[in-house]
Amino acid sequence: MKKPWYEYMWIISVLYLILGFFNILFAWLGMFCFIIPLLISVIKGNKSYCNKYCGRGQMLTWLGKKIGISRKKPMPRWMTKKWFRYGFLAFFMIMFAQMIFVTFLVFKDVRGLSETVKLLWTFKIPWSFAYKVTGLPLWISQFAFGFYSVMLTSTILGIITNILFKPRSWCIYCPMGTMTQLICEIKDKS
Amino acid sequence: MAKRVAKLQKDLCVACGTCVKVCPKNAISIYKGKYAQVDESKCIGCSLCAKECPASIITIKTKEVVA
Repeated sequence: MKKPWYEYMWIISVLYLILGFFNILFAWLGMFCFIIPLLISVIKGNKSYCNKYCGRGQMLTWLGKKIGISRKKPMPRWMTKKWFRYGFLAFFMIMFAQMIFVTFLVFKDVRGLSETVKLLWTFKIPWSFAYKVTGLPLWISQFAFGFYSVMLTSTILGIITNILFKPRSWCIYCPMGTMTQLICEIKDKS
Repeated sequence: MAKRVAKLQKDLCVACGTCVKVCPKNAISIYKGKYAQVDESKCIGCSLCAKECPASIITIKTKEVVA
């Protein structure tokens, strides 16, 4: 049986991570991973993004099931609880807001461009090799560095929990997944 | 007669859909983006979904069926 087109979305996820090593501006494309699932949940009231199209989910399945880099052990109960999922979402949003604030400071010329990628919200990695001087305003590049940091950090977390627990354990605490599920619940109530 | 079926803890389900993908009988669907639903008339209790579920909230239970 021929695989449907959306089963190849993992290629886009892998490509995205690679492109960030060549030109940081490609990081902007990651906005699709935020906007599309939100739009689907708001308009259609379902999680078909998670269920079918999520490239990261497919990539993690592939790493865990085909390559076998996973202990395939159940994750601790507390990680599946609502307080942890919403807690992680809140933490993620605060960090995201902080990243937007830094972008704003660069926009206002208060801060210079930081050509670094911050991993796990802590480790600053020099990333100037992927920065090409363009005529574009600096805040556009600052946002790209910040956004790529978010994407790479969450990929690393996803791979860590993929190894420790079952494949796609990331889906349990994925902020986008938690948000779209919440939207579906609110939409169904109203 | 006893039948084996998959049961899941709705309140812990994140509706990721990995169970839907592995079910050989198409017995699982995601209800309105909220949680997975098992159609017990189609479920054969094979436990593939239980193994797949990243939250490990699916268990196989024995159900009495009146023949």
